Amino acid sequence: MLTVVFLLAYPAFASDFFVFQIGAYTLILGTIALSLMMLAGYGGMVSLAQVTVAGFAAYLMAILGDNSVGVMGLGWPWWLTVLVSVLGAALFSAFIGAVSVRTEGIYTIMITLAVAVAFFFFVRQNYVLFNGFSGFAGVEPPTIFGIYWRDPTPFYYLTLAVAAGFFWAVYYGAKSTFGLSLQAIRDNPRRMRALGYNVTLHRITAYFFAGLIAGVAGVLLVWFNGRISPGTIGVDVAIDILVIAVVGGMRHPIGPFLGAIAFVLLENFAIDLIDRERFNMVIGTAFLLVVLFSPDGLLGLWNRVRPKLRFKRDTQLSADRVENGKPAKAGSPDNN
Amino acid sequence: MGILKYTMAAAVAVSLAGPAVAADKIKMGALATLEGAFTVLGEDSMRGVKMALEEFGYKAGGKEIELITGSSDATPDSAIRATRKLVEQDGVQILIGPLSGSEGLAVKDYAKTQPNVTFLNGSSAAQDTTLRNPADNFFRFSTEGAQWMAGLGEYAYNEKGYRSMAVLAEDYSFPYTQVFGFLEPFCRLGGKAPADARFWVPIGNKDYSSVIAALPDDVDAIYVALGGADAVNFLTQYEQSGGDLPLVGGSITVDQSVLGSKGNIKKSVIGTPSAGPVSDTWDDPRWATFVKTYQTMFPKGFPSPSLFAHAYYINTKAALLALNEVNGDLSDGEKKFRAALSKLSFETPTGMVSVDERRNAIADIFLTEVIEGPDGNLVNKTIKIIPQVNQTLGVSYDKFLEYGQVSRENPKCD
Repeated sequence: MLTVVFLLAYPAFASDFFVFQIGAYTLILGTIALSLMMLAGYGGMVSLAQVTVAGFAAYLMAILGDNSVGVMGLGWPWWLTVLVSVLGAALFSAFIGAVSVRTEGIYTIMITLAVAVAFFFFVRQNYVLFNGFSGFAGVEPPTIFGIYWRDPTPFYYLTLAVAAGFFWAVYYGAKSTFGLSLQAIRDNPRRMRALGYNVTLHRITAYFFAGLIAGVAGVLLVWFNGRISPGTIGVDVAIDILVIAVVGGMRHPIGPFLGAIAFVLLENFAIDLIDRERFNMVIGTAFLLVVLFSPDGLLGLWNRVRPKLRFKRDTQLSADRVENGKPAKAGSPDNN
Repeated sequence: MGILKYTMAAAVAVSLAGPAVAADKIKMGALATLEGAFTVLGEDSMRGVKMALEEFGYKAGGKEIELITGSSDATPDSAIRATRKLVEQDGVQILIGPLSGSEGLAVKDYAKTQPNVTFLNGSSAAQDTTLRNPADNFFRFSTEGAQWMAGLGEYAYNEKGYRSMAVLAEDYSFPYTQVFGFLEPFCRLGGKAPADARFWVPIGNKDYSSVIAALPDDVDAIYVALGGADAVNFLTQYEQSGGDLPLVGGSITVDQSVLGSKGNIKKSVIGTPSAGPVSDTWDDPRWATFVKTYQTMFPKGFPSPSLFAHAYYINTKAALLALNEVNGDLSDGEKKFRAALSKLSFETPTGMVSVDERRNAIADIFLTEVIEGPDGNLVNKTIKIIPQVNQTLGVSYDKFLEYGQVSRENPKCD
């Protein structure tokens, strides 16, 4: 509850820089990482192509809508552009899913990485559609209700609404029939197949939904930057998103947003902490420490600290309980 | 959820403890690529900034200069993020940067949204940063890619007698600008460089065997506009494959970072003409002093300052000189400061520099040729100095715009 109030009141006391570049950017990165968290945490499929999907939507925005470069820019109305871009990204994601779902673990990572790299080089060398190395500039959000949506505060609330919406969607979706069967498929695909579930279709559907999330985030990203070029969707960015999801924690949809806060703050301020030639080392070390001390990321760190704080006074009680009622050995199967 | 709260609270604490601008201090930002593929060049750029500040004792117009550095990775997005942080969070009043072409275009667009801050270019050399839709508060005291080629096209046609040429360049805005600057006079004189003899490779290309195999052998020479590791890779492989066509180099194709490399490139590069804003071996006392200062200040730097250090030095120095002129008065949207910058004309290690009405530099350009030095090192010999080259290469602004935007096919030339 406090968090909600804080997030809503944030622009009232933070500077424009903190509202836009820290706040809104965190929420956008968090949303992209959320789509990865949903695939990896609930579906067991680590996809490195989520930034590619977001970038696909961003490119569609520039190609179908307006840009200032003079290549493409078909000038569709904004609502149609957004709709087609997001749906296009979701279908693209479903396509990536269709290509990769029959693989497991490291092979999924390899295939999605290959897709990400292929798309990166394709847009960098295609000049007719994607304008190659320089990409597109001058992609602006529309002015609706007399509000220019790229001003820091309106844009912040826009990203907040999107991020919160997808957060609840993923949070409750995980408890739905689809969410539960997806988690069951993650744990034991063979058994689910034997039970009559179409495992492949479930996974592709998950990719489709993840594509919706990443696609909307991609639209926000191109509005945020005002531009899109191959550098935005490079392999290093794909790895950044993976780092955000892993550092934040994959077990709860809040994880990616925690990771994104840590990432954006470090990215912006590490250069002030240390000699300019070494600041990337600070970023790396911070993430290394998090992963080293908490395999579940920041989320796991919190979960581990919280019981210690909250139940301090109950420690004696629980200790007694353990003393008296020793764990029963009766049911253990290893007494043959 | 709780941890979110704390982190955000920490963020707010930082924002509230934001910058307090003291009246007797001027905040200057410097942006260069301190990460990614161009890190080494970015570090040399920062040396240029420091040299200028050191020369003025970190004081200008009676006020102390506080330097804040920012880093990008050569993508426009990261340049904008770093610029925004320097301007909106750190509150710099003057910004020097960025380093590479596409970044410059992005920062120019951003400059239009910050009318109260003055931007001076670093070393970015794309043409349209100042030629089309310039920003009122963006100055470039360093010259750009097409200017750097001044005199080279005429030299290749008249002195070397080349009539048809192949082109090999990286596939982005800066090499387009260079190719345009070279071919425009070359083709006007009657030279040929048809579109199917132009080869565009992505930055970071390692294997040039297919390009070398495809190079036509009925041309007189090859114009190569590659930089850093790309240039070394191509030259090494070209030498290995027994290629014997003479070469003509872009501004960063045969500079010290390439000539000083360990690759076996001697045979193919000796005699290669090139042009650029600096010449390593120019025997002018101003340049010699500059090199000497650089070597004393940065024993770990390059043997002699790169064109990146040079460009950042000149732009920083321009800002400091203009500050002296207005006694550090940056009030009223920095109007006086900008007026001083526009009128500024000053002596640099490479001659006089001033800016035109679109705030782009007019400066001397050096025509050079690679020779083998007395100790076996490869160095660039200064052949000729092209005085006071402007952005429109001698023709009027309107006429120059008719040439069209730089691209793979401009100029046509077949």
